[in-house]
Amino acid sequence: MSDLAAHADPLEELKQTNTGVENKKMAMWAFLASDCMFFGTLISTHLIYRKIYPTVVDPTQIFSIELTGFSSFILLMSSFLMALTVSSAHKGNLTSMRTFLLGTILFGGVFLGGQVYEFSHFVHEKGLTLSSSVFGSTFYTLTGTHGIHVALGVFWLAMWFFATLPKKFSQFTREERLPAQLITFWVALPVVMVLVYFIHHHSTAYLLIAAGWLVLFPVLMLVTTPLRGRYSHVNALDVETAGLYWHFVDIVWIIIFTAVYLVEYL
Amino acid sequence: MSTTDATYGIWNRPLKKTGIVGFLTTVDHKKIGIGYAIGALFFLLVGGVEALIIRLQLMVPENNLVDARTYNELFTMHGTTMVFLAVMPLSAAFFNYIMPLQVGARDVAFPRLNALGLWCFFVGGIVVNLSWLYQVAPAIGWFGYAPLTTKPYSPDIGTDFWIVGLQILGIASLAGSFNFITTILNMRAPGLSMMRLPVFTWMTLVTSFLIILAFPPITIALVELMFDRHFGTHFFDVGGGGKPILWQHLFWIFGHPEVYILILPAMGIISEVLPVFSRKPLFGYPLVVFSGAVIGFLGFAVWSHHMFTTGLGIVATSAFAFLTMLISIPTGVKIFNWIGTLWGGRIRFTTPMLFALGFIWMFMLGGFTGIMHSSPPVDAQQQDSYFVIAHFHYVLIGGSIFALLCGIYYWFPKVTGKLMNDNIGKLLFYTIFVGFNLAFFPMHILGMTGMPRRTHTYKAEMGWAEPNFWSTIGALILGFGILFVVIQLIYSCFRGQPSGENPWDARTLEWDTSSPPKEYNFGYTPVIHSRDQVWENKYGAAEKKMGKIAPGPHGIHMPDQSWWPLMVAIGLFISGMGVIFHHQPMSTLLPFLPEGIHFHILYFTGFGMVVTFMSIILWAIEGPGGYHLHPTAEELEGAVQPDPQQGGHH
Repeated sequence: MSDLAAHADPLEELKQTNTGVENKKMAMWAFLASDCMFFGTLISTHLIYRKIYPTVVDPTQIFSIELTGFSSFILLMSSFLMALTVSSAHKGNLTSMRTFLLGTILFGGVFLGGQVYEFSHFVHEKGLTLSSSVFGSTFYTLTGTHGIHVALGVFWLAMWFFATLPKKFSQFTREERLPAQLITFWVALPVVMVLVYFIHHHSTAYLLIAAGWLVLFPVLMLVTTPLRGRYSHVNALDVETAGLYWHFVDIVWIIIFTAVYLVEYL
Repeated sequence: MSTTDATYGIWNRPLKKTGIVGFLTTVDHKKIGIGYAIGALFFLLVGGVEALIIRLQLMVPENNLVDARTYNELFTMHGTTMVFLAVMPLSAAFFNYIMPLQVGARDVAFPRLNALGLWCFFVGGIVVNLSWLYQVAPAIGWFGYAPLTTKPYSPDIGTDFWIVGLQILGIASLAGSFNFITTILNMRAPGLSMMRLPVFTWMTLVTSFLIILAFPPITIALVELMFDRHFGTHFFDVGGGGKPILWQHLFWIFGHPEVYILILPAMGIISEVLPVFSRKPLFGYPLVVFSGAVIGFLGFAVWSHHMFTTGLGIVATSAFAFLTMLISIPTGVKIFNWIGTLWGGRIRFTTPMLFALGFIWMFMLGGFTGIMHSSPPVDAQQQDSYFVIAHFHYVLIGGSIFALLCGIYYWFPKVTGKLMNDNIGKLLFYTIFVGFNLAFFPMHILGMTGMPRRTHTYKAEMGWAEPNFWSTIGALILGFGILFVVIQLIYSCFRGQPSGENPWDARTLEWDTSSPPKEYNFGYTPVIHSRDQVWENKYGAAEKKMGKIAPGPHGIHMPDQSWWPLMVAIGLFISGMGVIFHHQPMSTLLPFLPEGIHFHILYFTGFGMVVTFMSIILWAIEGPGGYHLHPTAEELEGAVQPDPQQGGHH
């Protein structure tokens, strides 16, 4: 915008509010306060019913704490990558920002994959469904709501990733390390899926996911064309705001992981 | 004078300011405020008609004007409509229109998000009321207690209309509140410190915090109820191990802050009007602000006083009784400060002033009965009786509605630049005042003599006939009074006398700009030096007068209009209808279709979600946009050029 161009740093300009906090960030803090009550209600519902029915379902027979512990660790590490993303966004280092953003998205995706696996495993092999017991009702509603939050976060960060790409495909090779980053991101998931297929168990679902991603990623590159080339330094604030959301969702998971999973092993 | 900088997004943005397109795509907080007011007044009349049918049914013993089922639908829809579709949006209308003017801002922080709030309000109101057209209005009470709302007891889709409508209305309230919080904290004019803010703006802030913290519990409770009804969960289903009492807790954790969401804006309006017509600054300003915040804070700690008779145990009951009584202290502080404002003032009995004085008196009466039920043994007597109905209608009509009507008469000249006839206004005030007291005072006696709530008829020998008869007469008078206020409002929009900028000689910043305000609110950036700035400009010392900073050479930056807020709301409507008609045959949703079409209606939800998400993405892509306007030289008289080092305040 022309009236901002006169100033050295447009990001500093946005901080010229009464509180010194940018408007978008202030609104995000207000949203997160609201979201605390949102998750607070869900967690309370779960804990209340857990207290009333301590013995109806034994969650330790259902949970696979190793898997969930691993995916929780991955989610926490994604917060670390998010912090690095925001830092490089503010420094204007687009190359490392893309790396860390892809890492955050990938780790968020791994967490989501773990949750999808967990849900399908619980439903098909452990018989825990939304309607099988109150535990099932509260468990799926709470962790599912968190999963939707992570999915929206992944989606949001992906939009910013696409926005950082150059407008034309022909310009891609001029960007430092960009082709390598994209190719790594494209093949990383299928490689992991194929490995899981051979090492863990031979379910064709893994191969289908691998194949699906190989097809889906180029399609995503095409349909997100209107997003590309829109990122400028002033959008570091938007990335930071998305980061606030991301960190919050991770912190909530620490509480959920403790209150829903770890408590059962005391 | 306007220039468009650039075209953002994939398609051209709507530029037309007038007509249908101009309204549907507006991002101007003033037009959005008027939109809220139109919707709220419409639903106020709808809810009023529902109330009058209830009263006519109860006018004589063993009446059969409506059957029991319809009666249940009527009181459910009356409560839901009045709380969510009349009082809250009418408050939101004032938040939208007045608050940005009071803080000296050009608009709210996120103009398109503000539009989303308006459209979600309309969509939510339409969804809830569509249940009448499908002849399955919810019959569960506005509180929707489980297990009555679960599938075995309410098998028809009326409850689903209620659930989905409330969810969409929740989005409206939340979107608005994030916006108002950011605007008030971040976008005040230079020099306008928090303790110089008008009390109405303060109460907007407190109410917004109440909304963002109180709506999530009801959102989750509604999600849980929806899952119980559609996907077989057991949150409130006793057979499956659920506890219906959980609903009551979650509902009232929302519901009690909700009643302060309804009353705090009213208190803010009163705190604006009393000083103006007493010709004195507000007495004890910091205490009025602080007690408003304390009421908001305590509002989260008293929900169980709605549940004294459910057997919470002695400790919990005593604690909640104590906290409830505590609330009477900040409320009392406010009332004494209002009286202190009046004391020794040169009082002008204009229509807004009469409503404000009526508010103090009537709200106190409602408050006294409130203190009565804060005592659990007394509450056990009054629970579910007409005494409770008398109590909350005294605080909601005598309180909220009186204050909102006060606000309408007070700010009408600001919004339209025209006057409402004061003599007619006074006549209508007395009509409403008499009708209201005649309608609701007898209910105290009815309650004391044992008449239960939510009963569609009674036997003649109960001795309730006479108070009920007079109550109905009062309700009719009240109804006509409010109808004529709306008629006078519409009439004055077209035929009112011109009011000039500041007909009341009022004191806060919104009266410094023209009436109605220009699109950009203020041609200059006001620099505030005192609390009652417009009075100080006229009567104050030189150093207290307001400074003016002219906009830079680019002019005033204005946001572009947008289609996407409306499209997001339409997407929510489609997905909401999909949820409501889930499990129903296609011919229930669209009765003109032949029966036997097999279509999974939940697919509509998927489609609606796609519409919503695509609209959000396109919203993000198009960006806020913007163009520049240049105020006239006349408006900028006395304004200084901006300091080039400072920048910013566009």
